[in-house]
Amino acid sequence: MNVRPPGEPRRIGYLYVLPAFVVYALFLLWPLLHGAWLSLFHWDGLTVGTWAGAANYSQAVSDPQLRGAFGHAVVLLFFYAILPCVIAFVLVSAMARTRPRGLTFFRTVLFLPQVVAMVAVAVAWQWIYSEHGPINGTLRLAGLGGLARGWLGDFDWALPSVGLIGTWVEIGLAMVLFLAGVQKIPRELYEAARVDGAGAFREFFAVTLPGLRRELAIALTLTTVAALRNFDLIYLTTSGGPGNATKVPAYEVYNRTFNTGEVGLACAIGIIIAVIIFAFTAVINRVVEGRP
Amino acid sequence: MRKPIVVLAAALLAVSACTPGSNTPKPTQKPPSAINTDIAKAGPVTLTVWDQEVLPGQNEQMQKLNAAFQAKYPNVKIKRVSRSFSDLEKTLRLALSGNTPPDVVEANQGYGIMAALVKAGALVSLDPYDKVYGFRKRFPAGVSQLNSVTPDGKTIGSGSLFGVSMTGEAVGIYYNTDKLAKLGIQPPTSWGQFEQDLALAKSKGETPIYFANLEKFPAIHEFGVLLGQTADKTALRRLVFGQGGAWTDPPVVQAAQKLADYAKNGYFSKSANAGKYNDSPTAFAKGDGVFLIGGPWFAADLQKKMGSKVRFMLPPPASAGAQQPATLGGPGLPLAITSKSKHPDVAAAYLSFMSTPQAMDVVTQTGGLPATKPATAKPTNPVGLDVFDAYRVASDKDILVPYLDYATTTFLDTLGSALQEIIAGRKTPQEGMRDAQKDYGDFLAKK
Repeated sequence: MNVRPPGEPRRIGYLYVLPAFVVYALFLLWPLLHGAWLSLFHWDGLTVGTWAGAANYSQAVSDPQLRGAFGHAVVLLFFYAILPCVIAFVLVSAMARTRPRGLTFFRTVLFLPQVVAMVAVAVAWQWIYSEHGPINGTLRLAGLGGLARGWLGDFDWALPSVGLIGTWVEIGLAMVLFLAGVQKIPRELYEAARVDGAGAFREFFAVTLPGLRRELAIALTLTTVAALRNFDLIYLTTSGGPGNATKVPAYEVYNRTFNTGEVGLACAIGIIIAVIIFAFTAVINRVVEGRP
Repeated sequence: MRKPIVVLAAALLAVSACTPGSNTPKPTQKPPSAINTDIAKAGPVTLTVWDQEVLPGQNEQMQKLNAAFQAKYPNVKIKRVSRSFSDLEKTLRLALSGNTPPDVVEANQGYGIMAALVKAGALVSLDPYDKVYGFRKRFPAGVSQLNSVTPDGKTIGSGSLFGVSMTGEAVGIYYNTDKLAKLGIQPPTSWGQFEQDLALAKSKGETPIYFANLEKFPAIHEFGVLLGQTADKTALRRLVFGQGGAWTDPPVVQAAQKLADYAKNGYFSKSANAGKYNDSPTAFAKGDGVFLIGGPWFAADLQKKMGSKVRFMLPPPASAGAQQPATLGGPGLPLAITSKSKHPDVAAAYLSFMSTPQAMDVVTQTGGLPATKPATAKPTNPVGLDVFDAYRVASDKDILVPYLDYATTTFLDTLGSALQEIIAGRKTPQEGMRDAQKDYGDFLAKK
């Protein structure tokens, strides 16, 4: 009788994976491949498509309007991923030194934006940014009425304004991840650092940051993905306007499909976004988490 | 590492089995004699209708007329789906390429929606039904013209009839009578006087023209009214239908210059590009703005909020008493029948029902602007009557120019963006119009 050592891979393992794989294939792989296939056509979504080859891809990278959209995505990357992580770090390292009272309460409040539906977030911020909203109200009260403007309708300010909504949403996520990480860093390390005469700054770089590498990688991955596939917030607050000032690739996927009837081009943009996200995730995993 | 590649190749092969869009059947036309007009005997039918009549007055109008149709034909049940204009126009494409599309849809005129749907064979030609119901006879020629597309979908403004409009539209100027009285002025009778009034309103700390343009398309109305002052209606129509002219022609640039000047002089709301269009009636009723440029779609809402304190007029001519200038407008969104509808004859009877003089009475009573002359009804409130009379004048004098975004499939976005940039002073009128012309030229070259 052929006796198998326990734990050796067996064919039957594939059977266990099958149910999950079927769902995954049906709802993720199939649409992805179908999208890739459509991206090779000039198709308006209604009439018969014509073969385009790589033309949609070359248009996606050469069209100045689409290039602009990818540029805006890079700006949003700063607001969605980098800024929230930096702010969350500051908050968490402050909390790591002194455990403030009511920590659970603050954690909940800061995490709340993650839970609220994006539509509600967008509508609320639309009001906050509006001509008669609280931001302009505060500015006028402070005698800075000259700075007041319709923030989302201003060519220079619309993109950062939308970006800051993203920052507000993502801080909570990064912070909760970091807080969980900090709690598992041994207190002794902090004590040792203090005995060695480390200040808050030194302590952060010598103890907190190395201890949070994995959490940082997760936070960066999640927020980067959120930044690159950001559609709902743009659609709801500015529709890509004013002019083309807040158009992002994910919005263009929608715009080209439903408004201008360039389904092939939209699919090409979608595939490019997917590739960029894959690349970013790989880089973050390697560099930040230190995986080979 | 061999296996994944094989799997990927196999999967690609599986997807590549079909060219997208190849399974859409071409519609067949049936002869007028085969059309069933006896709807009561058509058996139980559910008619799915997609419309965009979401504003209070419009909503009431559709509810009343649908109820009346169902009362007349108890065997027909109408399943109504109503969405806002932009939501509806965006989902149409997807819905009509599916296998169970609605039977009747409101499909915007122009290349973007109606012509694209005709090209794909998604809409039924109404020509055979016209022989039975006489749709063309009910409307002024200009209305039917705008609802017509050549069967190949390549040219709008001629060919077969594809839609029936219940309402008409003419863009004009609403004014707040309280504000005029406070400023000590009368409704302007010339454009020169209108501009003086704007300057006066500005100097008194009022918002001269309430203007909300976050969505980009509203500026097309402002621009269109200004074009009426600088350009000739025939030239404008030719331009929109793609029959000649350019967006960089001097009269067009001149209108864009006026738009830029108005923005610079503070004649528009301060953060025009940040305001939500659908908030316009509320803001205007609250006293933000002496004037409001828009179409009849605002009338019912404004009347409810302001009563007799709001009135409406067509854009005045350059000098008092001169010839009426062109303005944007035409038939409202038309009802059209989809090719995949299982009950096209019932749908056609519905279209016919919705455009009778009696239906026009309902349209009028609910504050809408009827596409044709109603049987008896006339609006009872002042602003409604203004709008009603203005449209009659506009169609009698033949001054309506189609909405500018009909020009290309992407024009709403291109022209809208260009106008936003001109308003913000980011681009000169020449630069903005060059952007518009580029889109227009590309489209005409591809057609």
